Amino acid sequence: MFSSSQGSRTLAAGVLVLLGALFACGQGSDEGTAGGAGSASPIPIGHVASLTGDTATFGQSTDRGMRMAIEEINASGGALGRPLELLSEDDRSVTEEARTAALKLLQRDEVVALLGEIASSRSLAAAPEAQRAKVPMISPGSTNPKVTEVGDYIFRACFIDPFQGTVMARFATEELKAKKVAILFDFKQDYSVGLADFFRKTFTEIGGEIVADERYTSGDIEFRAQLTTIRAAKPDAIFVPGYYTELGLIAKQARELGIEVPLLGGDGWDSEKTLEIGGSAVEGYYFSTHYAADSDSPKVQAFVERYKEKYGATPDAMAALGYDTAGILADALTRAGDTSGPKLRDAIAATQGYEGVTGRISIDPARNARKDAVVLKIEGGKFKFYRSVPAS
Amino acid sequence: MTRGARTAAVLIAAFLLLVLADQGLPRVLNSYYLTILARIAIAVLAAVSLQLVNGFTGQFSIGHAGFMAVGAYTGAALSVYGSAPLLADLQAWFPASVARALYFPIPLVVGGLAASLAGLLVGIPALRLRGDYLAIATLGFGEIIRIAILNIDAVGGARGFSLTEQAGVDLRYESLGAIGAVVAISVALIARLVYSAGGLAFRAVRDDETAAEAMGIATTRVKVEAFAIASFFAGVAGALFAHAEGYVHTNSFSFVRSFEIMAFVVLGGMGSLTGAAVAAAVLTAAPELLRGLGEWRMVLYSMLIILTMLVRPQGLLGTRELSLGFLSRRLAARPPET
Amino acid sequence: MEQFLQQLLNGIAWGSIYALIALGYTMVYGVLKLINFAHGEVYMVGAMTGYYAAHALGFAVEPSFAGLFVVLVLSMAACAALGATIERVAYRPLRSAPRLASLITAIGISLLLQNGGQLLFGADPKFFPSLVAPREVVRAGGLAVSNIQLFVFGTTMALMVGLQLVVTRTRFGRAMRAVSVDAPAAALMGVPVDRVISGTFMLGSALAAAAGILVGLSNPKIDPLMGLLPGLKAFVAAVLGGIGSIPGAMVGGLLLGVVETLISAYVSSTYRDAIAFVILIAILLYRPTGLFGTGQVEKV
Repeated sequence: MFSSSQGSRTLAAGVLVLLGALFACGQGSDEGTAGGAGSASPIPIGHVASLTGDTATFGQSTDRGMRMAIEEINASGGALGRPLELLSEDDRSVTEEARTAALKLLQRDEVVALLGEIASSRSLAAAPEAQRAKVPMISPGSTNPKVTEVGDYIFRACFIDPFQGTVMARFATEELKAKKVAILFDFKQDYSVGLADFFRKTFTEIGGEIVADERYTSGDIEFRAQLTTIRAAKPDAIFVPGYYTELGLIAKQARELGIEVPLLGGDGWDSEKTLEIGGSAVEGYYFSTHYAADSDSPKVQAFVERYKEKYGATPDAMAALGYDTAGILADALTRAGDTSGPKLRDAIAATQGYEGVTGRISIDPARNARKDAVVLKIEGGKFKFYRSVPAS
Repeated sequence: MTRGARTAAVLIAAFLLLVLADQGLPRVLNSYYLTILARIAIAVLAAVSLQLVNGFTGQFSIGHAGFMAVGAYTGAALSVYGSAPLLADLQAWFPASVARALYFPIPLVVGGLAASLAGLLVGIPALRLRGDYLAIATLGFGEIIRIAILNIDAVGGARGFSLTEQAGVDLRYESLGAIGAVVAISVALIARLVYSAGGLAFRAVRDDETAAEAMGIATTRVKVEAFAIASFFAGVAGALFAHAEGYVHTNSFSFVRSFEIMAFVVLGGMGSLTGAAVAAAVLTAAPELLRGLGEWRMVLYSMLIILTMLVRPQGLLGTRELSLGFLSRRLAARPPET
Repeated sequence: MEQFLQQLLNGIAWGSIYALIALGYTMVYGVLKLINFAHGEVYMVGAMTGYYAAHALGFAVEPSFAGLFVVLVLSMAACAALGATIERVAYRPLRSAPRLASLITAIGISLLLQNGGQLLFGADPKFFPSLVAPREVVRAGGLAVSNIQLFVFGTTMALMVGLQLVVTRTRFGRAMRAVSVDAPAAALMGVPVDRVISGTFMLGSALAAAAGILVGLSNPKIDPLMGLLPGLKAFVAAVLGGIGSIPGAMVGGLLLGVVETLISAYVSSTYRDAIAFVILIAILLYRPTGLFGTGQVEKV
């Protein structure tokens, strides 16, 4: 029926087999760490993280921070006399994969607690599963208020966007004396949509004017259409509450279009990739985040030193948050006395005055943490501490 | 035994089997594996519905995931915004499992009908095209549907749509027995349709459209029918998916998904319902069960597709069906009857 | 008004990428009547090759035009080889098979390259090095055009003119045209059909590679899945211009780029991707031969 020659077919088959062998390199697998403390069975802790994909540094940094914390905890005996074991599941920066990852950890690995995610959209996808399974979940860095509203088993170790939006709105007005601001937000991410909303609300309340309101989608690489519209509105600053990958490209294209006003952002910018992708384009921009690596607090400096020694890089906010979140969990486990869901949940909810690297952490009745924010400036190709903003 | 009695016996046996699966499996398997079984069933339905259009009517459609999306979102939206109170009422009157069994078909059928409508809207213009162009047009439609849904904020838009508790009732429906029943009935219906006397028209259009037209078959109507019916079942599969997972996101219905379903059909044999079903089951189960195969799944799919086209283009079963008769002949090592 | 002009400029620069990729589609369709689904992935491989070449040869650290040129040539050569290999391995054996088989195989190759790319290159996005330091060049009134955008457009035009010359003035070009009009007759006249087809693939793939490098320069984020959507859109551009027509592919690409940009600017960027498919369906239904194409009658 098909007149392909025998030779053709075998050649084709041969090439494909060769290709298959070639592709045998570069395969990843998920890891777990077992602690060193004792021979008691480890307590499985799940971590849903974006270890690969568009926001890979979030997941990787957070994971590293957690692992370092857990190693330290296990070295001093673990929790409840057992070592902690961190099982990380990659969601590839894709929203519904976060849910699948959470399910795997909850159902297949039967973790006693779920840590993660950083991106609010992904936390929102995973949280209902944790709530359903009555397994406590702590997000180290999701700032959209909806995350903890999913249910009483969902917590977070960071501040929320109503606060963060206010921080940058006030910063724009007071520090930059900006009266007109344009917004360029990521339509696909709850974090960006929410943060833009809160910024818009506060900024207009304190007398500012939003002169342009444009949107993009995560994964986009071309922003000149929106930037041109923004440019025509002549803003004093542009608020870009998105993630670092798009931000880097946006910054470059903005400069190419001759936009010289500063760009402002939130903790979604907190990644070394912002500097790498944006290069000289991001010079002079500002963003709010959870901690500053160059803070002169001795606790922060000690943490930064240990992290540098272990991983060879300066820890970003996600690493610090991951570190603190693991610490809070271990502390809660000890206070709970056992690993059952309800007891652990109650212990986490009762966390007061935990001294973390990212500040003093107390979980409020809405299951959020009241914490200070910092504003960083990008100067000389680095993130520099600019100002601290106390929790309202 | 009379024919009626035999049919009744088969139906009762099937019913018992489903109840057994429904009640028994959750005790034996951890819920992660139950989820996989549900996904397998849904993949089978998606593949078999596509087989009707691609394999039996010869219209190469590669936008099938778009119809699943329509069914999924319509069914989900109905449950969340419309009929959740109905389920609450039913649960007040009947024991929970009966109430849910009564309610569940509603979003499925509505989702299927919505998808069928989409299928008509796509089919009528697209079926004027042939071969490559038809394929690309269906791909285009699939994407348009997906992007349109992405922009509807009421169903979660770009952030996904959650079917959590509404009006005090849990809208998720993971009962394996029910899902299995829906899929089995759907496949049986499609089989009956395709292997009936009227169903010959589909294959006539596939084999030689011009000749079929010349023989008096209303080819356009046949093609549109195939599209509408296939989309209906795709919509049902989508609605099943939405209620089983409890969460839908347009990313689950991208053209990659369309390609996956196409792969099931091609590898199983373009023209074999059981082939598509087997391929769907095996290829959905494999990456879940073999950990670490995850990243390789699509690479293997694609290599399989290419190899199949080069070496065995008729796929696993070609145009034959896996039937008990076929199996028994093979087992008895008798030469098949020609 | 000036904003509109700026958007036009943005659209033309962006559309140049589509045009380059569309050329490959249109040429291959012309000689083989095959939609080479894998073409978008060749574009991706071009960008990736450029990335690795730039790093390996040190141009990432020390940018220069010469470096850019070298990277471009290397990438085009690599993809030409890739294109020829794909044709040889996957399409040639199926030349006498039903068209559907080739289409399915093409989809298979596309998936293979994407997913294989993810395994080989890693799924994380990579950032193409700046081989040319961006500087605004023209600032007429409020318009701003970066030298990179000019470079993209200029390169596209140059490659287009080059291609048109090859097709109309060289023996190879004549052979290509002969094969696309009537392959068996061309074979009878002594045209080495296999070699011509191979060469066509190589040319088309080289152009896709160039597009990959150019996009790496102007929108530096590259990843193994980057070719899927642009590939489909470039196909739409080719159909828009008239599949089989080289000037058509150019016009189609630019037009699509401009429409996308205008829709993003004046309606919403979230519909940007849908526009291409809407255009596709409209064209297929109302003017299937596209803007510059010639009609074809199906014989019984």
